[in-house]
Formats: sequence, structure tokens, C-alpha cells
Amino acid sequence: MLDTNKDSLKLEAMKRIVAMIARGKNASDLFPAVVKNVACKNIEVKKLVYVYLVRYAEEQQDLALLSISTFQRGLKDPNQLIRASALRVLSSIRVPIIVPIMMLAIKEAASDMSPYVRKTAAHAIPKLYSLDSDQKDQLIEVIEKLLADKTTLVAGSVVMAFEEVCPERIDLIHKNYRKLCNLLIDVEEWGQVVIISMLTRYARTQFLSPTQNESLLEENPEKAFYGSEEDEAKGPGSEAAASTAVPARKPYVMDPDHRLLLRNTKPLLQSRSAAVVMAVAQLYFHLAPKAEVGVIAKALVRLLRSHSEVQYVVLQNVATMSIKRRGMFEPYLKSFYIRSTDPTQIKILKLEVLTNLANETNIPTVLREFQTYIRSMDKDFVAATIQAIGRCATNIGRVRDTCLNGLVQLLSNRDELVVAESVVVIKKLLQMQPAQHGEIIKHLAKLTDNIQVPMARASILWLIGEYCEHVPRIAPDVLRKMAKSFTAEEDIVKLQVINLAAKLYLTNSKQTKLLTQYVLSLAKYDQNYDIRDRARFTRQLIVPSEQGGALSRHAKKLFLAPKPAPVLESSFKDRDHFQLGSLSHLLNAKATGYQELPDWPEEAPDPSVRNVEVPEWTKCSNREKRKEKEKPFYSDSEGESGPTESADSDPESESESDSKSSSESGSGESSSESDNKDQDEDEEKGRSSESEHSEEEGKKRKMKKRKKEPEGQEGGSSSEEGSDSSSSSSESEMTSETEEEQAEPASWRKKTPPSSKSAPAAKEISLLDLEDFTPPSVQPVSPPTVVSTSLAADLEGLTLTDSPLVPSLLSPVLGVGRQELLHRVAGEGLVVDYTFSRQPFSGDPHMVSVHIHFSNSSDTPIKGLHVGTPKLPAGISIQEFPEIESLAPGESATAVMGINFCDSTQAANFQLCTQTRQFYVSIQPPVGELMAPVFMSENEFKKEQGKLSGMNEITEKLTLPDTCRSDHVVVQKVTATANLGRVPCGTSDEYRFAGRTLTSGSLVLLTLDAQPTGAAQLTVNSEKMVIGTMLVKDVVQALTQ
Amino acid sequence: MIHSLFLINSSGDIFLEKHWKSVVSRSVCDYFFEAQERATEAENVPPVISTPHHYLLSVYRHKIFFVAVIQTEVPPLFVIEFLHRVVDTFQDYFGVCSEPVIKDNVVVVYEVLEEMLDNGFPLATESNILKELIKPPTILRTVVNTITGSTNVGDQLPTGQLSVVPWRRTGVKYTNNEAYFDVIEEIDAIIDKSGSTVTAEIQGVIDACVKLTGMPDLTLSFMNPRLLDDVSFHPCVRFKRWESERILSFIPPDGNFRLLSYHVSAQNLVAIPVYVKHNISFRDSSSLGRFEITVGPKQTMGKSIEGVTVSSQMPRGVLSMNLTPSQGTHTFDPVTKMLSWDVGKINPQKLPSLKGTMSLQAGASKPDENPTINLQFKIQQLAISGLKVNRLDMYGEKYKPFKGIKYMTKAGKFQVRT
Repeated sequence: MLDTNKDSLKLEAMKRIVAMIARGKNASDLFPAVVKNVACKNIEVKKLVYVYLVRYAEEQQDLALLSISTFQRGLKDPNQLIRASALRVLSSIRVPIIVPIMMLAIKEAASDMSPYVRKTAAHAIPKLYSLDSDQKDQLIEVIEKLLADKTTLVAGSVVMAFEEVCPERIDLIHKNYRKLCNLLIDVEEWGQVVIISMLTRYARTQFLSPTQNESLLEENPEKAFYGSEEDEAKGPGSEAAASTAVPARKPYVMDPDHRLLLRNTKPLLQSRSAAVVMAVAQLYFHLAPKAEVGVIAKALVRLLRSHSEVQYVVLQNVATMSIKRRGMFEPYLKSFYIRSTDPTQIKILKLEVLTNLANETNIPTVLREFQTYIRSMDKDFVAATIQAIGRCATNIGRVRDTCLNGLVQLLSNRDELVVAESVVVIKKLLQMQPAQHGEIIKHLAKLTDNIQVPMARASILWLIGEYCEHVPRIAPDVLRKMAKSFTAEEDIVKLQVINLAAKLYLTNSKQTKLLTQYVLSLAKYDQNYDIRDRARFTRQLIVPSEQGGALSRHAKKLFLAPKPAPVLESSFKDRDHFQLGSLSHLLNAKATGYQELPDWPEEAPDPSVRNVEVPEWTKCSNREKRKEKEKPFYSDSEGESGPTESADSDPESESESDSKSSSESGSGESSSESDNKDQDEDEEKGRSSESEHSEEEGKKRKMKKRKKEPEGQEGGSSSEEGSDSSSSSSESEMTSETEEEQAEPASWRKKTPPSSKSAPAAKEISLLDLEDFTPPSVQPVSPPTVVSTSLAADLEGLTLTDSPLVPSLLSPVLGVGRQELLHRVAGEGLVVDYTFSRQPFSGDPHMVSVHIHFSNSSDTPIKGLHVGTPKLPAGISIQEFPEIESLAPGESATAVMGINFCDSTQAANFQLCTQTRQFYVSIQPPVGELMAPVFMSENEFKKEQGKLSGMNEITEKLTLPDTCRSDHVVVQKVTATANLGRVPCGTSDEYRFAGRTLTSGSLVLLTLDAQPTGAAQLTVNSEKMVIGTMLVKDVVQALTQ
Repeated sequence: MIHSLFLINSSGDIFLEKHWKSVVSRSVCDYFFEAQERATEAENVPPVISTPHHYLLSVYRHKIFFVAVIQTEVPPLFVIEFLHRVVDTFQDYFGVCSEPVIKDNVVVVYEVLEEMLDNGFPLATESNILKELIKPPTILRTVVNTITGSTNVGDQLPTGQLSVVPWRRTGVKYTNNEAYFDVIEEIDAIIDKSGSTVTAEIQGVIDACVKLTGMPDLTLSFMNPRLLDDVSFHPCVRFKRWESERILSFIPPDGNFRLLSYHVSAQNLVAIPVYVKHNISFRDSSSLGRFEITVGPKQTMGKSIEGVTVSSQMPRGVLSMNLTPSQGTHTFDPVTKMLSWDVGKINPQKLPSLKGTMSLQAGASKPDENPTINLQFKIQQLAISGLKVNRLDMYGEKYKPFKGIKYMTKAGKFQVRT
């Protein structure tokens, strides 16, 4: 049928073949006939052929090669989905000969335009690796490249590939860490699981333990745990840890990146996928400070409602967690109550958890539950319950007697298993305090007649022997009975009979001498050699003979030595050295390919490795990186904000006095700071420069607040806005409140600032800012950073989730295209372009950051590129880029400089100097670049708009051309023109955007009301009327073009 | 990751196998059969079995074992979750997921499995995307296919996979635009002998059936969102909106899906809508026992209780039961010792009861355990927690959709100990 021309027949044939494969029958002899059809036009036939091919190619390698060319053709197809599926099948054919072809295809696909193809490439990597592990190095290169990918589609798959191919190359993650954290929530579920477990390992190697200090101060198992783990790992580890931690007594400060991870994973506890929830739970368990671990309990308890297999796994993990963090699950005690319909394995696990959770206060209820369980029909479960009672009794001294009494009552149970289990448990309990329980032992002795279960009989005998002085009358009698039935007993019972006999002989030889000898001679001829051995050994010991006196003198000591009481403990006790949620943890044995969860480092590794650089920025980065390593991340950025602000406050005095000298002093200062700044620039350039970003944001907000208050607006509104925009997480509310509190005195002091001259006012405040906000070292520097990171994370998340339509919001169009600063001819081979990067400038939030691209098209190296004496209009200030030492011919470099345009579109003129020449250049900003987006809700937007009516409102009517009537185009055009953030909006025809000018921080609100007919009305509300007017003009132009 | 998948029916036949990497011999399943033998009941087969070279992870649903074979460390929940997703997908495709259905549609099953995993790593698991790739079989389509020779495989490519909302198909069109939401709450409770509540909690879900054209953006708000203590969302729900405003904002997938599942905070006392009076006693001397159950309504807020069934696992010693119900029908299976009584609707004026005697094995002593009573019931138009949906708004599309919301309360794991 396969040879016919008709597709329907072919399809029928293929279906039958696939059905054969599915049933596990061998269809490999049809290979040649099937492979011919690989180029068939019918999609279903094609797919089925693929299925067949992937299944049998390994067995028929030569023939499989016939099909390769089809896939190679497919790899070049213009349709991304065909490219992807070709790569998928090609990489699934396990034929070693085509390894080079696969390698090539993967490399090509990794730089494909389409994220879907890149995802497929990521999938193909482990396939190739399993086929030929020699390709590892090349594959790692591809992985590195794909890790840098910014799309959510690729992230999960590439981390999967990373885990399979090179999990040890943790260094590849550094640069992508923050990006992964931020993308996490949008990655598909399966990818989330993989990424989270990888990040858990990463965080363990890169951050300090958050429990380090607590474990030093408190005396709890925590310390022992970490200590012991360290011991295993590095010998004297625990001592070392203690000694390093003591000098580091300063309050533990969580790395902002560590905090970022915790924050960004928390919402995933709400995922519908149990695997994701579990992954987050284990992350919190392993990484979060003790106080925060509690959040996972609720989610885990929720999982208990799921399928029984899920319950099984979750309960195993809960059991482990509940040993270490009992308090976490205590409120949910009742959720672990057992139902008669639960499968036995679930019952036993729940029992384990209940036992772990039992404590002084809840033990009565727990025991009452246990009592009902004992009456269950499921005998295995009953046995487990009795053991659980035993464990409760040992752990909680108060109820020991109650438990013991209960267990003794069980001895009269009709079910033998129950009785036997109780005896065993009672034996263990009695061993702890034998003195008081003569009665119970007597009772047990009576039971020997009835109990048949060997283990229980053995236990009773042992007890009587051990404590024969408490029951001097009964013991010989029991021995007599046992001697009678000796031959019929099980082996363990026989052994205990010998023991009993020996012990009695030693304590009470008068009565039992003959009995003992009788037992020993019976044992001498037993079939089991253990028993014979034991009998011989015992006889030599206790019966004094002529020579062996030395030993028998000590026989009493040997036999009746006090024995330590057994400790009843959970089988889950030490399981937590496996990563929770892993297969190895579940099996309590290392599974193949298990990656050991590394121990916390004793000293924080360099956090700056996670700072992201712009790829072209190769020249100075090395030097800077070395410097950076010396300082911790946060203190660096915080401390540095001081000098820069003072530097930019200089131009203020300049306006009054001699401009030349002051600008010189300004530049002098700033150049001394330039190293620091560069580091920040590095960070700044990456999208993921949260901490700075948010710090800036925070500062800006503070500014505004102060400016507003004197102007007679309620501070409440602005704080509300601040917190709402960050989705009112409690933390952010707290910050804004504290900010407000601190801001109050500042505004008091400056009761009447000249509100018209906003620029200098802002600067004076920024000076105050310094006094108020860079507190002396007593106050820890970190809390603001920590909080602000979380703020940024919130913002990040907000944009991600709120704007599926506005991808441009997240990473705003990078600049408005390059503009020329210096032409090749004028610059004698030096070409300089600039773009507005739209990222907040790190040194000073009021500055617009401008990326300057240099390239040398001459044939001699250009040396000593720097900014010469700027000639600036009043108010405008510049932060130069660091000097570029040398630019070889053909090379190019990028630098970032900040310009404070003072909310005007005046050009900034300055000199660009090389060693030999000076060029006069000027940068004039489009009005849209003078602002930064702010995020607010619809209501806030309306409120603010209401305040800015009348004079501050500029309206323009326009007609939208057909080309820009779709949402996407409009939004893109507006955001390309002006650096504004989109505001969610109820109606579909209205678009709202909001931003603040950089220097004065005044609001700029833009509303576009578009009718379906194309008529539209554009409204801009802003205090700065000039800016408003110009903005209207620019936007109208952009939209109508 | 996942190496292979075997489908095994309850009699121990492997009726489907699928390999995503190199072929794993069927003989791995011997370890599974061993474990299956050891466990007395199907539910007691351990979900994770370790063999010398492989690990077998299994789920048991619809009387079929889905056994995944893996070779290296992987979070077990990852695999288990995936297997459940496979079952859900089959159910979605074929209506039921049973051995004959899978055997009949073996090619579709195989194609679906092929799409779901790539080299053992999940690829497309959203049923919306899968349905775009491989059309589910319907009677109409089979007829058309046989006549025209066209195929089940969709000829469009899975564009949904590329979009920002991977859970929704593109280009959805309906003439009637409708969105239905079912708020279903389940009461899990354990009632002790004396009738007092040992533990009770309410778990709820909102299942949605959304058939709307285009890319609608929906917002659902509650009158009393504070009731919801712990929630888990379909990936389409925007978490930040929930965090800040307690509003569910989402672009829905097409068709049926579970929007939200929640847990009502434990502080709220749970109103137990029914009570059970029972008198089950065995006498030492005779081989007869007395059995009497009455079910009655408690706090139902004026709604009637429907679909009541009572089931109980009797002790092994019970040979037969001689009972008379005041309404409904009852059965007793002498092999499994399972008693079930289908009561139907409870009439508050005349409470349903089941009375009679049990005969025990002659000579055997009286069983020391008392059976537990499991209860099932339904209350329409009531969410027992008091949760109420405030309003549903749609943005992004121009038409007016038809909106509907339904409330229901059910018994979850509702047990009465005797």
C-alpha cells in the first residue's frame, strides 16, 4: 500500500504500522518502504513517517541516512514552524554519522530569528549530547548563547539543556541570573520547575546562608544540621563557619539578588501545577530565612487535595520538613487527619507527619485521633499507628504514662498483630523507665501463653530477663514454661529464651540452675547453628568451670550491663540532605544524575558577577570588574550616590558665579568618580539592573513628594500612587510611608521653595536628600536596597503581566535610532553617533543617559578620547564618560554619558577631545526623551489628570491614517516618540500614557482618544506647558506620518 | 527526562508503549508487576519504584496504570503532574479515557503523545494548542474523512505556540458568544461518633466554559474576595491584579478550563449541611447485628439536598445484610463488603432511613471495628462558603457576550465515623 500514489492508502498503511509500534510489535522490516515516503506531501503521512523514523532509525542507520536530505531542506524553509519540526526530527534520529550535520543545524538554529526555532535548538542539545558527548564544548557555547536569550519560550528549554549537559558550569548563569528571575513567572510550567531547581543550586553557591546568624544565637537543631553538613563536606567546616560568622556579627544582610529570587518565585506558589508549587516550596525551604519559610505550608497543604500520587510525594516532603520546621505545619494539623478511604501508603505518611507535629499542646487531640485509627480495618495501618503512639510517648514525656496505659489496654485486643506490635512498642518504652512498671511486666508475662507472634514473644522474654529483679517470682515460672515449649519456638524466641535463662541463672541461680542447664542442652542440639553457638558461648560464660574462671566472674557484668534506651525516631530524620522534591529524596538514595545541593558558602562570592554588561563594552570592563570585586554591591552604589549628587549640585552655584571655574570643579569631581560610575553604567545597561533602577525610582518619588507638599497637595495621594503602582505589596507601602515620614521634616525646613524655578529647588532638595537619606553607618544601608529591589521586581512583574499588547513597554525602543554627532569627514576618521538609551542614568536620576558609539574609520589609532570643557547653557550639566584610552583602526566602542537637560530642549554643547584634536559637538534631545515612564492605575491617572486641567492641558485633533489604527501600532508609535509608560485603560479606544520629566519630576499625562473612523483627539496634561506643547507636536507628527 | 511510557490495564497487559528516546525494553515493567502483586489494591502500588537501571513512576486513573520510565534524577512531581496532564488531555480528546477508547484511537493517541514531549521534555501540553495540531476525532469528522480522504492532522501550524498567550487559539469565531462559570464547592469533613465535627474545610473551584470570539480580556470580581484563603490559578490569570485589587483578570483559553481553585480560610466555621444518625451494633452472643442510619438536613439555607448516596465498608465478618430503606435503593456486595444506599433527594418532612439486621459469620467473634460512613450529596444554587461573584466584564472585543454563573455545593471527602 505504501507504494501506491494515493495518499489515503498510504495513510491507512502508516496508521496500521504506527498501531503496530504502539502495541510494541516490531515493524522494522518495513523500513525501506516507509522511508521513501518521507517527502510525501500529505502532512499526516509525513508525521507518521517521522514517528516511524525516530523509532527505528537507530536500528537501520544506513537507510535512515536517505531521509536526511529532506530535513536539511526543511531547515532552510521560510516558515519557522517547518524549520523547527525539521530540526526536531533530525535531532531525534540517533545515528552517530550525522552528528556534524546536527551540530551545524543546532548552531544555525540557535541564532534563528524565531524564538520557537531557538527553543527547538535548545531541545536538540541534550539529544546530541547523549549521542556524542565529545561535542560538549561546542554545545556549551551554544547553551551560553541561548542562555542570553530574552524570550520566555527559550528560557525553560535552555536551562533544561544546561542541566543535562553542563550542570557544573554555574558560571554561565551569573550574567543571566536576574533575567531568569524576572522572566520566571511567564515561562511555561515545565520550564519553571527546571529553572527553579537550577536556581536553588545556584543560590546555594552564591549567597550567604540567611539562617547563619540565627543558628549561632539560638540553640536549636538548625545549627547542628548545618554544622554536620559542613563537617561532611569540608571537615572542620562548622568551626570555620562559626569563626567566620563571629566577626561578621553585623546584622545579616540579604543580597538583593537573593531577595529577588525569593520574591519572584513566591507568586508561583499559586500555580495550578503541583510540580511548580513543590519546586518553589523546596526553594523556600532551602534558601529562605526561617521567618519566611512558613508561606509554603499553605500551598503544600493545598496539594494534599490532589491525586493520590501527588499526595504521596508531597507528604514525603512534608514529613521531612516537619521534622525540622515543626511550627510551619502546626496550624494545618487537621489537614493531615486520616480518612478511611485513603490508600494505605498515604495513611502511613500522614501518620508520620502527625507524629512529627505532635507536641505538648496538641498531643491530646492527636492521641484521640490515634485512638480512632487503632480501630481501623487496615491492619498495617494499625501497626503503624501503634508505633506512632510509641514515638509520641518518647518525645513528649508528659503523656508517656497515658500512652503506656493505652498500649497495655491494647494488649487485650483480639487481633494478634495489634497485640504483637504493642508489645514491641511497650518494650521500647519500658526500657526508658523500667523501675515503675513492674506491674506491666507481670501483665506481659501472663500474655506469653496467648501471643504467638515471635517478635512479640521475644520482646516479652527479653523484658523479663532484663528486669528480672522487678519480677523475681514470675521470671522463673516463665522460663519453666518456655523450656517446656522450647523446641517448638521460632529462632528469635529461642535465642531470647537462652538469654533469659542466662540472666536468671546469674541473679537467681538457686531456683533456675537446673532449668538453665536443661535449656542449654536443648539448644546444644538445635538445628540452627546460631542457637547452638549461643548455647555453647553462654554455657562457658556462666557455668563456672575449672579453667575459665576469669570470664565467668564478669558474666554478670556482661549480661546485666545497663543498656541505653533505644531512641524512636522518624525514618525521615536525615533525609533533608537531599534536595527536597527530588527523586533522590523520595527514594532516600542517590539517583543517577542527582546534583548534590551545595552547602552555603562561608563568605559571599562576588555579587558583581551578575551585573550585566553590554556586549560591545569590552574595553574598560575588565579593569572595572577587578575594581568592583573589592566592594560589595550595595554599599558601592549607595555610597557612590553621595559624591555624584554633590557633583551635580555644583552647576547650581555656577549660575551665580563664574561659570568656568565651577564647571571645572564639577568635572574634576566627577572624573574622580568616573570609575565608580562606569561600574554603574555597566549595570545600568542591562535590563536587569533592578537595584539601582528602583533606588532611582525611589529617590525620584521622594523628590516629588517634597516638591508637592509645599505646593499644598496632600502627600497622601502621592504615597498612595507610589504604593499602588507597585501593586500595593505591603512592603512597598511601608517604604513609602517611611519615606513620607522622613520627607516631612525636610519639607518643613524648606517651607517656601520657589516653585516656579523648579530646577534649582530640586537640587537643593537633593542636597538635603543627602543629609537625610545617607545616614551614618549605624543604620544599616541595606533595608532600602532590599525593599527597593522588591519594588522593582513588582514593577517588572506588573508590566509583564499587564501589557501583553505592549512589548515595547518593558524594554522601550532602544533610543530613537542613531543620530550623528560627528561625521567621518569632519572627525578625520572618527565617527561618533549617539542614541538615547532610555535607561535611568545611574549617577543621577535627573540625567538623561546617552549612549555614544565611537568607531574609528581612519587607519591610525585614536588615543585619549574624552570630553573637554563643556560650554553649557544655565542649568544643563554633563557627566562625561570615562576616557577611552585608545581606539584602534576599525574598532568601535560605546560609552555612556549623562546629561541633565533641565527639562528643556536646549542643546548641550561640549568638546570631544582626542590627543591631537578637539571637536565641537552638540546633542539636542527630542522632547520625548526628557521624561521617564511612571506606572499608575487608571484611577490615579484620572485623579492626576483632574489636577492638571485648564492651562496645563493641551489638546489637538488629528486623523489617524489607516496604517496606524491598530492598538499595537499606536502604542508603539507613541512610546517610540516619547519615553512614557502605558496606563491600563478600560475602554479600547482610549490610550493613556504617563511619565515624569527627568529633572523636575513633573507629571506628563498623555491621552489619545481614537474613534473607529480615524478621527482622534490627543490631550497632554503637564505642568510644563512648553514640554506639553512640544510633545503634542511630536506625537501628532509621529502618528500622522 | 521521561524516557518511555507504558499503559497497563488492571489485568497487567501492556497495551500501549511510546518511547521518546532510545527504546526501553518492556521487561522493565516486570518490576512494576511485582510491586502490583505485592500491593493488595491498585491504589496501593507505590507511585515511585526504583529498579537497578530505571525508575518507574506511575499514576493510576480510569483503571489504567500510566507508567513512565525515567533514567536520571528528575523531580517526581514533574513526571506525575505530566502523566496526569496526559490523562486529562485524553479525556478532553475522547470524552472518556478508557482502555477500549485508547485502543480505538491509537494513532491519534500516538500523535498526541509525540507532540506533548520532545526528547522527554514537555513541549505542547495546552490542549488548545494540541487540538490545533491534531483534531480530536468526532463522528462527523470520521465520516467526512473516509469520504474525502482528508486527515485528522490540522494543516495549519500551531501558531498559538508562538503567541504571548500560548493557552489560547488564534482566530476563534463563534456566532453565540457565551461565557459560563461554575462555582463548585466541596466540603471535606470528618464527623466523629457523637456527631461533632473533627475537621471540616471547604475547597472550591471555578470551572469555566468560555466561547468568545477573538481575544477577549475578562475581569471577574467577587463580592467577598477575603473569603478566599489560598488560591491557585490557571496560568492565564494575572497574578498582580489579584494581589493588588483581588480581581481576576485574564484572557481565557478557548473552551472548558479550570480558572481557579481555592480554599476557604480555616477561621470561618463550616456549616455542615447534613447530619447522619446511626446505630450500628454487633452483639457478642448472637450472629446478628443491628443497623440503622438516618440522614437529615442541618444548615442548608433553604436549599434542598439532592443526589445523596451513603456508602460504607462493612467489616469482614458481615455475611449479609437484611435492610429496608424508607426511600431509594440499596445494595450490598458480599465480596467487597461494600454497602451503598442511593437516597436521592432529602425530604425534610420525612427523613430517609435505612434499617435492618446484619448477619455475621457464625462462630466468629464480633468485629471490633465500626464501619465508616461516606456521604455524597449535592446542593444546587448554593456556595456554602457564601462566596459570590460580583460582576464579569469584558474588554478588548466589541460584542456583548452572554454571561452565566452557577453555584453548587458538593460533598468532598465527607466521612462519619461510627
